[in-house]
Formats: sequence, C-alpha cells, structure tokens
Amino acid sequence: MTGGGLPVIERKEVPAWRLVATLGTAGGLAGFLLVFVFGWTQPIIQAYKAEQLRLAVQEVLKAPDRYDTLYVFDGALTSTLPEGQDPTTVEQIYLGYRDTGDEIGFAMAADRSGFQDKIRIIFGYDRAEASVLGMKVLESKETPGLGDKIEKDSSWVAQFDGAVVPLVGVKPRQATGDVHEIDFITGATISSKTIITIINETLERMGPMIDAYAATRVAAEGTR
Amino acid sequence: MKQTTPQQDFFRGIWRENPVLIQMLGLCPALAVTNTVENSLAMGIATFFVLTGSSLLVSLFRRWIPNEVRISTFILIIATFVTVADMGLEAIVPTVHKALGAFVALIVVNCMILSRQEAFAAKRPVGRSLLDAFGTGIGFVIALVMMGGVREVLGNGTFLGFSVFGSRFEPWVIFALPPGGFLTLGFWLLILNWFEKRRADRAKVRDWPDGVAEARAAA
Repeated sequence: MTGGGLPVIERKEVPAWRLVATLGTAGGLAGFLLVFVFGWTQPIIQAYKAEQLRLAVQEVLKAPDRYDTLYVFDGALTSTLPEGQDPTTVEQIYLGYRDTGDEIGFAMAADRSGFQDKIRIIFGYDRAEASVLGMKVLESKETPGLGDKIEKDSSWVAQFDGAVVPLVGVKPRQATGDVHEIDFITGATISSKTIITIINETLERMGPMIDAYAATRVAAEGTR
Repeated sequence: MKQTTPQQDFFRGIWRENPVLIQMLGLCPALAVTNTVENSLAMGIATFFVLTGSSLLVSLFRRWIPNEVRISTFILIIATFVTVADMGLEAIVPTVHKALGAFVALIVVNCMILSRQEAFAAKRPVGRSLLDAFGTGIGFVIALVMMGGVREVLGNGTFLGFSVFGSRFEPWVIFALPPGGFLTLGFWLLILNWFEKRRADRAKVRDWPDGVAEARAAA
C-alpha cells in the first residue's frame, strides 16, 4: 500500500492445535465438574420424585394400607419382571390394598396433549364398581386462572371421586346428575376434556389387562 | 479502554445501567417467568450464580483463551454453570424448578451474561470482573422482582404467597399471563423514563444563566 493507507495490523496466527486444546480442556473440565454435581443432585431428585409419586398414589387410592407395583410387560400385568429388564423403562401401575387385604383399586399415570402442553395425571380405578376413585394432576402448564382449575379447583377435581366409567363430559348447564357425567370447566373445555379422554383411553387400554390379572389372581387363590 | 473505579464497576449494573430496565437485555426470562415473586427471585438468583461463576472463570483464564474461540469458550463455561444451576435448583427447590420449566436451561442464551463476558470479564482483572458481575446480577434480580412484585400482587392478590388484599379481591388474571409481562415492563419503563426525563430537564434549567428560568416561567 502506498501513500498513507490504513496501517496494516499484523495479527499473530494462533496455531489450530491451540484452539482445539483450549476448547478440549474447557470441555473436559466442564464434564468433570458436571459429573460431581450430577452425582450429588441425582439421588435427591430421584428421592423427591419417588416421594411425590407415593403421595399421589396415596391420594388417588384413598389412603391404601399398602400398594404393590405392577409392570405392564408383553401386553399383560406382572408383579415380577424377567431378569435383566430395567424396571424404570417399563410402564408401571399400582395396586392398593386395605389393611384387611382386600384390593381397593389400581392407580395409573398417563398423559396427553392439553391446551398448552402435555397434561400428566394419575387416577385410581375401582374394578368392582367400574368407577374412578380419585384423580390428581401430576404435570400441566394450562392457562393460569382458566385451565389450571383442573389442578386448583378442588370441587372440580372432587367430581371424579366415584364417577363411573366411561366418563362423559357435559356443559355445566346441561348436567343431569348421571354417574358418568363430569362438568366441563367454563373457559377451559379443552383442558377438562383432555383429562376425561386420558382416563377413558387409559382404561380402554388397561381394562382388559387389569381384568386378566385379577382373573389369574383369583385362580391362584382358588388353588391355594 | 475507559478507566473506571471499583465503585463504578459495582454500582453501574445495579441501577444506572440496569441490564433489564436500561440495557434491555435478558428480556426473555424477565417477561416469561416473573408471574410471581418467588419465581422471579429463583430465576434472578440462578442467573446471578451463572453470571458470577462465568465472569470469574473467563477473567481468570482470559490470557489463555485465544481470540478465535473466545465466544465458544465463554458459551461452554456459561453452559456448565447453567447445568449446575439447573440440577441444583431441581434438588433444592423442586417446585420452583418445575414452575421455571425450560427457562432455567435458557439462561445459557441470556445475552446479558455473554455481553458481560465479552465486554468486561474478558479484558479486566478478576476482582473488577467479579464486582461487575455482582452489580449486574443484583440489578437483574432487582428488575425481576420489580416485575414479579407488580404481577403477583395484581394478578394473584398475593406477595410471596401472602394475601395482600384479603379474600374480596378479584385477581386481574391478565397480569399472571404473558401479556401482563409486557404491560408491566411497559409501565415500569414509562415510569423510569419519565423520572429520568424530568431529572434531565431540571438539570438543564439549573444550568441556565440567572434570570432566564424566571423569564421563561413568566412568559
């Protein structure tokens, strides 16, 4: 360049290995730190989740004396999984008993897309009465003030106690007091309908398995 | 590089150059998760932790980080602290973690944090960088709590979960919803700018020569 051009800034070239080494070292250290934090937090998180699930089962089965965990495996319910099968990857349902040993009902969790995001619920099912024992929302991000009534409006949630399946959603003004009926929440029809659909669909899928499991149990007790 | 005093480094971020209210950075969490004071505080503290940790490391290693990969290294450091904050929140306050949802992980892309690394921590000694991070972090918490306070009181009738107006109050639900975030931010900016403008006008009047202000007022 001639005659007072811009000064040429000489930049020192950084060798490529240094760039790779910097990022590699930073990544390695980050990974190392995260392993420790993960090791510290994971047991606490798992314990909290297990406790939440236990409380939810207690609530929807109306305080059972104890409950068994059953696994949905190979299209049937089983209380024991084959060797080598990781129990956390298998769908689980819970069978609650009274202190007399009689069965109260089954608790099962299921989810479906609601108005905003996935709604996940757990509900108790009384096989003898074909009725819902109780329902509790585990996860939802429904609209505050409208859709979140599926969690926060206790009188709405209480409608599920004793409702006979299949459930039918009705507008509050058209309710006739039938045992199958659940009133929609005004302004949150989709959120309320989603919960009704989850319960109906889950029972459609699980019902035969539950009946089959109960039949084998009766047979097993008969031979004893 | 402009010379600043340690006091300036610390106090600048708290109010005069508040990241949210003045610089308009980090608006995504400021709008999304400030529907209650508790969520605002948790988000503010998590961001404060990430900002301070990242500034410390970036400033500490600034001589060894080549210019070409500085942004990627900053992001790597920030992402590490965010993951630590995410797991820590889930273990310590699971209900708050659930309420914040994806926004804890999204602290990584909070441009306020990256801007402090690029504009300050990458060029200054550790002590100054920490002061700057403390100041900016506190400023962020203050801004979030200002948002969360208004939105929780109007949208839910409570402050930190305690009832403010009693049971007769009908909550203005819109303030708990996303539009309420924009409205609240808009009102705060309006108020702050109005005060700032008034202050500037008064300062101008003070600087006029004797008699001009009286003459103006008379006219």
